Amino acid sequence: MNGFKVIQPGLLTLIQDAGRFGHHRIGLTTGGPLDPLAFRWANRLCDNPLDATALEVSIGGLVLEAQVDTRIALAGAEMPFKINGTEQDRWHSHKVRAGDRIEVGFATNGARAYLAVSGGFHVEHSFDSAATVTRESIGGLNGARLQQGDFLHCKPAPDARGYRLEELHRPEYGQHVTLRVIPGYQQHAFSNVQKRIFFSSEYKVTDRADRMGFRLEGPEIKPSMDGILSEGICHGAIQVPADGQPIVLLNDRQTIGGYPKIGSVISLDTGRLTQLMPGGTVSFEEITQDDAHNLHCLAHKQFERIEPKAV
Amino acid sequence: MRIEVAGENALIIYFGERTDPRISAQVQQAVKVLETELADVLIDLVPSYASLLVIYDLLACDHLEIRRRLRTALQQLDSAEQGEGRLVTLPAWYSTESGPDLAALAERAGLSVDEVIEIHSGMEYRVYAIGFAPGFAYLGEVDERIAAPRLSTPRQKVPRGAVAIADRQTAVYPAVSPGGWNLIGLCPTRMFNPAADPTMPVQVGDRVRFEPISRETYLELGGEL
Repeated sequence: MNGFKVIQPGLLTLIQDAGRFGHHRIGLTTGGPLDPLAFRWANRLCDNPLDATALEVSIGGLVLEAQVDTRIALAGAEMPFKINGTEQDRWHSHKVRAGDRIEVGFATNGARAYLAVSGGFHVEHSFDSAATVTRESIGGLNGARLQQGDFLHCKPAPDARGYRLEELHRPEYGQHVTLRVIPGYQQHAFSNVQKRIFFSSEYKVTDRADRMGFRLEGPEIKPSMDGILSEGICHGAIQVPADGQPIVLLNDRQTIGGYPKIGSVISLDTGRLTQLMPGGTVSFEEITQDDAHNLHCLAHKQFERIEPKAV
Repeated sequence: MRIEVAGENALIIYFGERTDPRISAQVQQAVKVLETELADVLIDLVPSYASLLVIYDLLACDHLEIRRRLRTALQQLDSAEQGEGRLVTLPAWYSTESGPDLAALAERAGLSVDEVIEIHSGMEYRVYAIGFAPGFAYLGEVDERIAAPRLSTPRQKVPRGAVAIADRQTAVYPAVSPGGWNLIGLCPTRMFNPAADPTMPVQVGDRVRFEPISRETYLELGGEL
């Protein structure tokens, strides 16, 4: 058997690919990487398709034993990364051999990192994706987070190409992010005063921040309505329940819901939001749908343009 | 009909503001039309009671193009079309044993347990939306006499197959989960089975009728206790 044995699963490590699309109609959510930029880089540094199956390591604490010769890369949050006890560069593909011990320590900055392997992990798809959504018990290995003793299959790739991303291109993670918001949905149910409060205040990430959504804490905002007829919720939607504290809905959100929403955070920024730990702060900035589209396409082009260096 | 911005790659179409079989039928028609008309740029559709969320590929088109194409496509909708879905019968073992809230619900309604069962199983429901959890179908509308608010303290564990009422909606829990709906019985039909094809016995727009069965029949049909 070729692959990696899970010696220690860490706080929350999940098998993820780009996500599960086209199944909202039976109530299945998207799943997929919370920080897609770091996820794509991890795959690209291993010369993989950008949606190859990798591991999302939240907070850290993962220990694997290689039972295969291949290459791996860790991208995302600053987590101490060791092979056989020796510290390794992140955003950089490394050769591993059968018997090697791979350790991803606890994050010192940021919250999620992605561990990719050449060729991707081989995980059976359910509903066209390997993405794990624990709330639905779907994807990954039996729909669950990684457990001690799990085995992650992959093909040997001793001669695979590997790359490193130059430091100047590596994202930096901090304690504060500005989230750009496209006003939408029930935005008209929020008065100008309420909107002013929302867009000029700082909100704190609470400890109720998970893959479903990030619950924030700060000045209350009140819509003129309590609830609405349940409707489809898109990624990044900002829901405001009765307590007036906004929740940014993410990859594992329910597909429909009945709370008023003021708009949606663009996906470039939800990735940065999910790199915050509880206590981190955010502020909101209004943006048009056209500007959001331009930024998205620009980011896509930049990602394509940057050439990682062969190692 | 009103089109609003939802997110960077999503628009939401509102066909109305209330639970109404005619509005729901329009949503269903729109799903069928848009699946074809937007096939080249569509990522997903989320139909609900009176709205349809359209999620598209941001690298393939922009919201202006989508708005134009939505308007053209939706002109084809026939407002007279009722979109009668298939009729699906779900067996239900109603009892105070299988439905721990049945007696309280009956008392609150000033009805006998048998009357509640008769009213709940005597109606045809429409599948208005699927969400909350995989396979969770919102059925409506329940007769006002047996409508009941959600429990003030949700249960930690509602069994799979629980037949439940919240306000004027009813549903069958597709999996064990926490839940605050009033439980009135158990249904042996699996509402969500990833190994089966189709995965769900119903889809949005279908009609559903509950057929009372005995404890023995429930067990014969594969129901679990």
